[in-house]
Amino acid sequence: MQPAYSVIFFTTAAGAGYGLLFILVLNATAVAIPLRPVLLLSGLTLAGLLVTAGLLSSTLHLGHPERAWRAFSQWRSSWLSREGVLAVVVYPVALGWAWLVWSATGRSLTFNLLSLLLALLAALTVYATGQIYASLKAVPAWHRASVPTNYLLLALMSGAQLMHALQLGLSPRPAASAALVPASIALAALGKAWYWWRIDRAPPPSTLGSATGLGAFGTVSVLTQPHTEENYLQREMGFVLARKHAWKLRVLAALGMFVVPLLAYLAGGLSCTVLGALAMAVGLFIERWLFFAQAKHRVMLFYGGLP
Amino acid sequence: MPYFTANAQPTVELAPAAAAEVKTTTCYMCACRCGIKVHLQKGQVCYIEGNPEHPVNRGVLCAKGASGLMQHYSPARLSKPLLRVGPRGSGEFREIEWDEALGLAQDWLGAIRRRNPRELAFFTGRDQSQSFTGWWAQQFGTLNYAAHGGFCSVNMAAAGLYSIGGSFWEFGEPDWPHTRLFLLFGVAEDHASNPLKIGLGQLKARPGTRFVSINPVQTGYSAIADEWIGIRPGTDGLLVAALIHALLAAERIDWVYLARYTNAAWLVIDDPGAADDGLIARDAAGLPLCFDRLTQTLTPAGAAGLEPLLMGAVSLADERRAYPAFHHFAQRFLDPACAPAAVSERCGVPVATIERLAAELAEVAFEQTITVEVPWTDSAGRPHAGFVGRPVSMHAMRGISAHANGFETCRLIHALQMLLGSVDVPGGFRYKPPYPRPIPPAGSPAEPAAAGAPLTRPPLGFPRGPEYLLNDAAGNPLRLDKAFSWEYPLALHGMLQSVIHNAWQGDPYPIDTLFLYMANMGWNSSLNISQTLHYLTDRRADGEYRIPRIIYADAYYSETVPYADLILPDTTYLERWDGISLLDRPISDPDGAADAIRQPVVTPDRDVRPFQDVLLALGAQLGLPGMTLADGTARFPGGYAQYLTEHTRGNEQGPLAGWRGAQGEQSFRGPANPTQLQRYIDNGCFWRTELAPAQRYYRYANPAYLDYAVAAGFIGSAQPIVLELYSEILQKFQLAGRGHGTHQPPTHLRARVCENFDPLPRWQTAAQEPAPDYPLHAITQRPMHMYHSWGSQNAWLRQITARNALYVASTLGAELGLTDTDWVWIISPIGRVKAPVKLMHGLNHHTVWTWNAIGKRSGAWALAPDAPEASAGFVLNHLIAELLPPRADGYRYANADPVTGQAAWFDLRVRLEKCSATETHAASPCFEPLPARQPAPRARRDAAMLRGAPTGNHTAAHREYLGGSQQKPAKEQP
Amino acid sequence: MTALPQQVAKKLGLVIDLDTCVGCHACATSCKQWNDTGHSAPLTDYDPYGASPDGVWFNRVHTYEVSDQGHSRTVNFPRSCLHCDNAPCVTVCPTGASFKRAEDGIVLVDPDLCIGCKLCSWACPYGAREFDEVEGVMKKCTLCVDRIYNANLPEASRVPACVAACPTGARSFGDLGDPNSGVSQLVKQRGGFALMPEMACAPVNRYLPPRPRAAPSAPPLTPRVAGFDSALLRWVDRLLGG
Ligand SMILES: Nc1nc2c(c(=O)[nH]1)N[C@H]1C(S)=C(S)[C@@H](COP(=O)(O)OP(=O)(O)OC[C@H]3O[C@@H](n4cnc5c(=O)[nH]c(N)nc54)[C@H](O)[C@@H]3O)O[C@H]1N2
Ligand SMILES: Nc1nc2c(c(=O)[nH]1)N[C@H]1C(S)=C(S)[C@@H](COP(=O)(O)OP(=O)(O)OC[C@H]3O[C@@H](n4cnc5c(=O)[nH]c(N)nc54)[C@H](O)[C@@H]3O)O[C@H]1N2
Ligand code: SF4
Ligand code: SF4
Ligand code: SF4
Ligand code: SF4
Ligand code: SF4
Ligand SMILES: [Mo]
Repeated sequence: MQPAYSVIFFTTAAGAGYGLLFILVLNATAVAIPLRPVLLLSGLTLAGLLVTAGLLSSTLHLGHPERAWRAFSQWRSSWLSREGVLAVVVYPVALGWAWLVWSATGRSLTFNLLSLLLALLAALTVYATGQIYASLKAVPAWHRASVPTNYLLLALMSGAQLMHALQLGLSPRPAASAALVPASIALAALGKAWYWWRIDRAPPPSTLGSATGLGAFGTVSVLTQPHTEENYLQREMGFVLARKHAWKLRVLAALGMFVVPLLAYLAGGLSCTVLGALAMAVGLFIERWLFFAQAKHRVMLFYGGLP
Repeated sequence: MPYFTANAQPTVELAPAAAAEVKTTTCYMCACRCGIKVHLQKGQVCYIEGNPEHPVNRGVLCAKGASGLMQHYSPARLSKPLLRVGPRGSGEFREIEWDEALGLAQDWLGAIRRRNPRELAFFTGRDQSQSFTGWWAQQFGTLNYAAHGGFCSVNMAAAGLYSIGGSFWEFGEPDWPHTRLFLLFGVAEDHASNPLKIGLGQLKARPGTRFVSINPVQTGYSAIADEWIGIRPGTDGLLVAALIHALLAAERIDWVYLARYTNAAWLVIDDPGAADDGLIARDAAGLPLCFDRLTQTLTPAGAAGLEPLLMGAVSLADERRAYPAFHHFAQRFLDPACAPAAVSERCGVPVATIERLAAELAEVAFEQTITVEVPWTDSAGRPHAGFVGRPVSMHAMRGISAHANGFETCRLIHALQMLLGSVDVPGGFRYKPPYPRPIPPAGSPAEPAAAGAPLTRPPLGFPRGPEYLLNDAAGNPLRLDKAFSWEYPLALHGMLQSVIHNAWQGDPYPIDTLFLYMANMGWNSSLNISQTLHYLTDRRADGEYRIPRIIYADAYYSETVPYADLILPDTTYLERWDGISLLDRPISDPDGAADAIRQPVVTPDRDVRPFQDVLLALGAQLGLPGMTLADGTARFPGGYAQYLTEHTRGNEQGPLAGWRGAQGEQSFRGPANPTQLQRYIDNGCFWRTELAPAQRYYRYANPAYLDYAVAAGFIGSAQPIVLELYSEILQKFQLAGRGHGTHQPPTHLRARVCENFDPLPRWQTAAQEPAPDYPLHAITQRPMHMYHSWGSQNAWLRQITARNALYVASTLGAELGLTDTDWVWIISPIGRVKAPVKLMHGLNHHTVWTWNAIGKRSGAWALAPDAPEASAGFVLNHLIAELLPPRADGYRYANADPVTGQAAWFDLRVRLEKCSATETHAASPCFEPLPARQPAPRARRDAAMLRGAPTGNHTAAHREYLGGSQQKPAKEQP
Repeated sequence: MTALPQQVAKKLGLVIDLDTCVGCHACATSCKQWNDTGHSAPLTDYDPYGASPDGVWFNRVHTYEVSDQGHSRTVNFPRSCLHCDNAPCVTVCPTGASFKRAEDGIVLVDPDLCIGCKLCSWACPYGAREFDEVEGVMKKCTLCVDRIYNANLPEASRVPACVAACPTGARSFGDLGDPNSGVSQLVKQRGGFALMPEMACAPVNRYLPPRPRAAPSAPPLTPRVAGFDSALLRWVDRLLGG
């Protein structure tokens, strides 16, 4: 699939934003951790910025961004619509939550419920994003349960990294939630490794023979394409990435997402953590690019592509 | 809150208004000439569909026809007469007014006509008004006229007209409803392509039929054939000879049919050395004789109740010996050299396949005989309860004809048909009126006339013997293209492919003006393009061009335009009148005669004129007879439309056969009807009359039809037409070659004539025989969605094919180490062309092929200079020599069939060499780009709609374009 | 309306005979032509006379070779929307622009609702969705919804443009939901199949497979004459009943 930069930015930035939001609000409900409005509000702002920038960017790849609002209508069946609705719902809830934080009502039941709701919404939004892809049967590399899991784990990981950086920025004392960094990295790395391992070993979904139904008569090969120049389908779905490049990029993505941030975490200190966050951003970007570039669309079977 | 509650299904406008106006006319994207309905909105063409009433296409369209509006709105349309100002080829022109253009042409041509009319060579390409352009040439007085048939498929026409009085091409077709076994030789598309496709569709839908395609390439029609025979190019004649051999050996032939309807029983004089050796023995009245075994007498052939002898010697009245024609035929084909085993390897068809095919032909012809239960009486007076049919049909086209042995190969196919008794019988091959015609049809080529006088006949005709050839006293050709000369005696359609070379060479004589119409001779319709361009631009020592003047009438900025001195821009097919005439290449079908017109459905938005109008105006300015009134004014001031209704020939025949007579009550003949065109328009722009059931088969010997055909003016007499298994006419040429008769070839051509004229068909090696350096055959195929050069200016069609590859058999690719990513040099003795490779399975191992005419010269056709057609596409024409290698004395014949002059496009031999890694992947040879021209003013569609106005509210834009209201109307449900 | 209709009254669709299609592209260009002024108009062309000619088409004709033990056959393969019963392109659509009509099962895009997110084109396994890069909306085969019911057209013209044009008659149109319809019968007789059944899209369109190429079963010819001389002996006396 053709990697679209606006979508890559959207999913990574918004993922990190929702991840941060998730950790932030859960952090706020944790009895053991003192409530720190400065941290909460600045975290919320950062998450809001990331999510908003991501959402705006996502409209860039629309043919008609001005009609984006229409996307809220089909939540009953469309994951993209659900994602949109959830993303929108997050805003008022987050604002309400922020108001509670600001008005220092403490850990009231309302506050706690709202926090849990917000965490749930953040997680659901990310899940919905993952489901947009996972629901596409036509793209075998996406049509798997590990896709939303990955989206969730990577969001959690990037959120944890941001949270850690934020805490360090606001006070040099390491917070209890810092332990989330290595834990989420480990989980995300496991998840991603699992995903890569699985897609590499997935049997080819279909062949030109099965797609055309002509396989029953022999081995099918392409004689002429319908049009001699590339068309939309070939540009959009026909993106191919050579295996050797994929491997290099995977290594780079893993270094960026997991290894460098982990080392930075071990090294400790704000600047290292920021550096780790930047590396993670780059890694995530590559990961997301690969997520597209390595996914093959079944329609390319008709053009002689795929397995 | 529709978006958050249950949504309603969006409404759809199910019945948008139909176009404001729908006009019928005839398509012109190819020679099939289908009926179309053109939808118009605000004077713009917005949709073209097939006319379901039309006899040719019955509503269907092909990919080109359905893209006609993009042809009509092509930016490559010319928009004003042009006069060359730079050197030829530079494309530097000055726009001039029509008065000046016609004045110039009048000056040039007037002087020629007064001096020597033959100094005008008037050749037309995709001309659909040949009976008119030929008439114009006749009135002008030049012999040097022909359309494109000489390089197209004259072999089909000549072989058919000299053996069965009709031909394949678009002049006949299989009896689709009845045929059970259909053999298709070498057809990718053909002229009557929609009827062919409709017919194939019928065959496929009818159980119990078999369709066998004989073609080196398995694409298109071959893809749906029940059996594909991947023959080696140029060897079909061998295959057919072997089929004949097998059928003869098994005695599975239609003896009765041969005796009754062919000249198999005619006695052939056997008197070696005599002037009439090999001619038909005739009685005092000139009637051919046969030997009746019942009465044991020599008797005129053809009468009922005879038992004519088919084999064995007979003594003639003068004691000389004679044999029935069939005797010679059997002798030739029973020869072991014709046995399947003898030909199999050479044509690449297994012996078992040939034998099986022969068995199948016999089985279907003789065991699955069908009868159409219509009583009829044949010309000999025998009554028949019905039409007995041998449901075996055949069709062939350029895969046969575009080889130098095509005339003979096609004759072999006709011989096979005669042997099986399947010509014009139910389930067999059927003629389309006005065929069958006498063998050959009446009319011989015109002789030269005095300066200023018209020719007495149309320039082209059918020689019935050496005395009808056009040679001067010394035996040299009278025509510039050497058609009807001793070199190409039966070049019935002229030899457009030789004209430019001969004019340059001054061989047989220099000319003054080359006048071309609708022929892209500067590119895809030339053999050896670089040489042709050289001939067009070469100058004499005094600086004059060797071809002093070139006038060209094209509608588009083709590759040829920059090489002319004066350009007469034509309209598109939707902007003019046209007649699709029975005098020309008719659109009849086996069951009825038909003709049609084109009417202007839109008015030109440029300063262009219909070429036919221009010819009539020029004719009037030149004072040509037939085009001028006694007072010197124009005979047809109303242009071609007036000509179509008022011109008559012979006995009250005119270009259009329908609605003749003052009230439009007469068909075929009758006085002109001033409302005739309107009657055509009222009827969907065509006219058709149906034959009675008793007139539909065995028409060569069916008086019910023959009388009708005489009345209709198709033929001069109702004499039965006897199919010629043995051609006496060809034997006359043979005899002349041997030194008999009043008209003999010059000494140096005797051997050539003797070698190539044989009364019986036989397989000949093609002109270019296997040379070890060039082991592969290279051929082209027409893409079904492209018409020669025109298609590439069509925004839709070029999206389908904008570049071409060289297809190589996967087995050969494996041998040569080629893959789909490679580029190769295709090398012939005269040049090399670079091409990307595509391997395929369904291809004869020794053959490579590509799509015809996809490669374009950069800058032509209003395409961007870096269009894929120019940067990556290629044409094989660069590699095909226009002349054969020199003989011992240095003389070079045209690369053509030695009998008919048919260009031998498919005799090309090549070898492949893989391009090195450093050779860039781009077309080669690469010519100087032609200067880009200001595209013609684009139609609104082009500007606003073609690119899809990015309004985001396309429905409104679309509606506006369609001329409806700007407002999107309320949607409705049914 | 993104949810698929519970039930469709009819299942209109196409049946394409791969054994008869000669790959002429008439269906493709006639589709382009009709629809260029139809429901999803225009079918934009991007670089019509330039270096990369490309545009929106609802019907594209592929050509394949099928080889089996040294034998190969060529199969032309036109592809357009299959109007799936279980159309994923519809259910993924966030705006309701994509919908399946309850009355006849035709899957359409409402160009005024579409935001051009392209998701439906990702969801369709058949490549039947065409994004108009200039207009910014998704387009697709409409099954000529603006022809087949159009009372402004002559009755004979009320079939999809591609079906009307196809010169070999390789395309048929009708109600595949009605087991007695002509198209259903054709599918039954010829073993018509659906593309990629494993995708569970339940396409309505059907393809008729290439027929097996039966070799003819004519008895072999038995030579009766061995060369010209023996023919001469036999045939001189032949009675022809002329
Ligand atoms: N390699 C190879 N070469 C071949 C062949 C092949 O099979 N292989 N086939 C040969 C055969 S059979 C033929 S017939 C020739 C065809 O060769 P041509 O007869 O040259 O055919 P076109 O390329 O169609 O060119 C005809 C010209 O007519 C112009 N034209 C189109 N419409 C109009 C109109 O309405 N009015 C006027 N005045 N002009 C118009 C076009 O712009 C074009 O310049 O090609 C031959 N060349
Ligand atoms: N779409 C479209 N239609 C056209 C035209 C066009 O340009 N486009 N041009 C029109 C014109 S001018 C003409 S003349 C006709 C020509 O119509 P066709 O006769 O169909 O012309 P070609 O495309 O040259 O096809 C020749 C076929 O013969 C095969 N062949 C080549 N050599 C041999 C051989 O030795 N033996 C056998 N058995 N087969 C062989 C080739 O593979 C090819 O399939 O089409 C007319 N119709
Ligand atoms: S076959 Fe096609 S291009 Fe030729 S006349 Fe018919 S519709 Fe027009
Ligand atoms: S073919 Fe594709 S676009 Fe058409 S209904 Fe099925 S999934 Fe949707
Ligand atoms: S591109 Fe348009 S039709 Fe397709 S899913 Fe998006 S909004 Fe729906
Ligand atoms: S049904 Fe209509 S829209 Fe669909 S492919 Fe055929 S012509 Fe095109
Ligand atoms: S029009 Fe008919 S024969 Fe031609 S490509 Fe389309 S389906 Fe095949
Ligand atoms: Mo031709």
